[in-house]
Amino acid sequence: MEIIDLTIHELHEKLKAKEVSSVEATRAMLDRIEAVDGQVNAYITVTPEQALVEAEAADKRIAAGDIAPLTGIPVGLKDIFVTKGIRTTCGSRILENFVPPYDGTAVAKLKEQGAVIVGKLNQDEFAMGSSNESSYFGPVKNPWNLECTPGGSSGGSAAAIAARTATATLGTDTGGSIRQPASHCSCVGLKPTYGRVSRYGVIAYASSLDQVGPLTRDVTDAALLLGAIAGHDPKDSTSVNTTVPDYVAGLATGVKGLKIGLPKQYFIEGLDPDVKRAMDEAIALYKSLGAEMREVSLPHTEYAVATYYLIATAEASSNLARYDGVRFGHRAADARGLKEMFAKTRAEGFGSEVKRRIMLGTYALSSGYYDAYYVKAQKVRTLIMQDFLNAFNEVDVLLTPIAPTPPFKIGEKLADPLQMYLSDIFTIPVNLAGTCGISIPAGFSAAGLPIGLQLIGKPFGEATILSTAYAFEKETQWHLKKAPL
Amino acid sequence: MKYQVVIGLEVHTQLTTNTKIFCGCSTRFGAEPNSQTCPVCLGFPGALPVLNKQVVENAIRAGLATNCSITQRNVFARKNYFYPDLPKGYQISQFDLPICQHGHLDIEVDGETKRIGITRIHMEEDAGKLVHADIPGVDDSCVDLNRACTPLLEIVSEPDMRSPDEAIAYLKKLHQIVMYLGICDGNLEEGSFRCDANVSLMPVGSTVFGTRAELKNINSFKFIKQAIEYEIERQAEILDDGGKVIQETRLFDPNTGTTRSMRGKEEAHDYRYFPDPDLVPVLIPDQWIEDVRATLPELPEAKRARYVAELGLPEYDAEVLVSSRELAQYYEETVALFPQAKTVSNWVMGEVSRALNEDNNRSITDCPVTPALLADMLKLMEKGTISGKIAKTVFDEMYKTGKAPEKIVEEKGLVQVSDTGAIEAMVDEVLKNNPAQVEQYRGGKETVFGFFVGQVMRASKGKANPAVVNDLLLKKLKG
Repeated sequence: MEIIDLTIHELHEKLKAKEVSSVEATRAMLDRIEAVDGQVNAYITVTPEQALVEAEAADKRIAAGDIAPLTGIPVGLKDIFVTKGIRTTCGSRILENFVPPYDGTAVAKLKEQGAVIVGKLNQDEFAMGSSNESSYFGPVKNPWNLECTPGGSSGGSAAAIAARTATATLGTDTGGSIRQPASHCSCVGLKPTYGRVSRYGVIAYASSLDQVGPLTRDVTDAALLLGAIAGHDPKDSTSVNTTVPDYVAGLATGVKGLKIGLPKQYFIEGLDPDVKRAMDEAIALYKSLGAEMREVSLPHTEYAVATYYLIATAEASSNLARYDGVRFGHRAADARGLKEMFAKTRAEGFGSEVKRRIMLGTYALSSGYYDAYYVKAQKVRTLIMQDFLNAFNEVDVLLTPIAPTPPFKIGEKLADPLQMYLSDIFTIPVNLAGTCGISIPAGFSAAGLPIGLQLIGKPFGEATILSTAYAFEKETQWHLKKAPL
Repeated sequence: MKYQVVIGLEVHTQLTTNTKIFCGCSTRFGAEPNSQTCPVCLGFPGALPVLNKQVVENAIRAGLATNCSITQRNVFARKNYFYPDLPKGYQISQFDLPICQHGHLDIEVDGETKRIGITRIHMEEDAGKLVHADIPGVDDSCVDLNRACTPLLEIVSEPDMRSPDEAIAYLKKLHQIVMYLGICDGNLEEGSFRCDANVSLMPVGSTVFGTRAELKNINSFKFIKQAIEYEIERQAEILDDGGKVIQETRLFDPNTGTTRSMRGKEEAHDYRYFPDPDLVPVLIPDQWIEDVRATLPELPEAKRARYVAELGLPEYDAEVLVSSRELAQYYEETVALFPQAKTVSNWVMGEVSRALNEDNNRSITDCPVTPALLADMLKLMEKGTISGKIAKTVFDEMYKTGKAPEKIVEEKGLVQVSDTGAIEAMVDEVLKNNPAQVEQYRGGKETVFGFFVGQVMRASKGKANPAVVNDLLLKKLKG
């Protein structure tokens, strides 16, 4: 097995045993990026010099016997995480040359453990998209089929795992942006409960929905990485002060007697037959492991997409107001006067999907429409939360597909934004409810494209969905299959 | 036509917390531009606000002192608009759930008490400042964000005031209260206490308010009066000519004493307020309110009433002494050491205030004659060691040197002469030298008595005990 194929925990053992050094692992990863990223376009910025300096520091730590689970591990970060001294674009022209003066909390926690940051990963512009096609830095290609999208918005973070150009990555999930690309690239992607991981230093798209999470090769790595970044942060008022369990220790709990809910609104006509088959197989496997299946109802599911596109865009329209050309980022060169500078800077700096959402959100908050759109959407959001809480009175975990179809072709849905929005129907409700969900590899379509399975947990029930996922992974080989690249 | 003016005031008070409302940067005034900033107050991508608890506490104080009810579930809202001094493109403020509501203040104008309603008090962050570049040939504006994110309370009154004097009385009262509470330094010129005035006219006898203009940039009590008076004239002229006042924001120009249009209604913003998702609701339990209430100082109104009722001071004295918390404290500390309320009041309002005024309006907290020194001096007077006249000399010397009064009296030989023998010799001398006046007195013109006292005091260089002088003079003149 090559270094680039290893999981975090496998590489950790080799580093600890001094079979491999962090510098070797980092070099291997940088060479791999050099070799294949031209085809995949998962990276916006690669940081070889800094990475090797960090790797050397990690090797010194290891030599001194001071090794943490992430020490010396080459990781990639979605370009939405601000990184001190490393350009952070958020996939946008408006931040094309923005070099932040500080590290966010999640990044700082990785650095504390001695993780090696190899680069910043491609994404939809400001995390707005489901296919990574809205990036100013070009679309990411799916390593399983270069004509397909890797999903989005954390497309680079998922594609880098599949292309084996990072041992693990961090992404963010506002409406499915970790889980859906994880599903499309056959890796593990976890969206924690809102408040579990600090958002400090994460460029905001929709503040009440954004959440940071890991994308990894297996469930153990997801547990490890979540444990490393989770916890209360005094710099983020919305981070919650509850203890972080040892997620790795709880993995082998098993599913015997576990009550798994199947929301009937998620198993609809029109579900792709390959996806349907993968779900049926997963259900059968869980039954064979002693889990109990129950149909449950999440009656407000059909309103989730509309609700999401009001709340997320409303927040985004305000969050993105700071990109005005005054203090950082792109500034239009030839503007006369203040208003023209604002207008031109933003017209030039933002792409069309971002502009569409700013306009939608501005409209939803406008006087005379606020009650009909924003306020109503908040009410529906409460009902959707209630749906989940009701379901969790009956079951421990929900099992659903991640996306109605396997990965689609690049360009296929660009002409029809609404069609694109609807592809997030199974992931969006989890963000609106603020709870946690994980995507794990669950098979392939007839055309050989990955299909993911979603497990949804109670608020702060990450340990349960991780152990449920782990039980599945132990009995299947899907996560071991390598993309043909 | 005769018009009635209707005035409502919006006051922004900058709170004297050490750090900003949503980050740890210093709030100190006058630092190098942009030196007191961080990713949060610069609105950098990824930065998040964290509420300064002291701001909430100060807001509760202000609310309790102005008879407001305290909102127990507080929500911060974003007020969205673009301006270069507003880093995030929105101001974090409060909208439909302000921390204090439904309060009032009682003001007194021409001996009449009037209640002015307070609609709301809310917490918010300040914006930065635009500074015109002072570089020849450069027409750019510069942005200083030191002030961005400093905490403000916006205190909004009901449109209850009906004259510029009422507006001034309300503002002075409010100013006095925030100073007493110690939540604002009250500096109008530096912008720590800023006032916008909503002014409209309606025909006398009407109950329907006219269209209002909002006056901004008024940074002294004098200017507020000027601005409102000008605005009354301006609007009256428009109405008399059959015109309509337009709703607009007008800037006061202190050089001309006039107001000019800043932006009209057609440019009015839609601020698109919505709850800030980066901040969780602030819950204020009863216990917190009660804890804050327990730390409130005695407020000027209560203090004034107590001075009259318990210390027996005249209304006027009480009013002057409570005008600032520091003056009242000085007074009370002195009275505690020398419990003759009126005597102390006379000295504090008289010599102490005069000396401070003459000394470049020095602050009472910085007065070289401490309450302890003043009380010691008053005790010397009471014992008869020094006369009232000498006391003034002693006071001036204490003010200059900070020395103890006993020491000054001793060093300068200012001890009062009460020795009857010595004074009697002086009285005899005076009577002998002024036979004409003695005749007049004995002939019934008793007003000449003062003349004799003056002469004896002069002969003693002010040191003779006036009581002894009086006694002896009377005895000798009548006897």
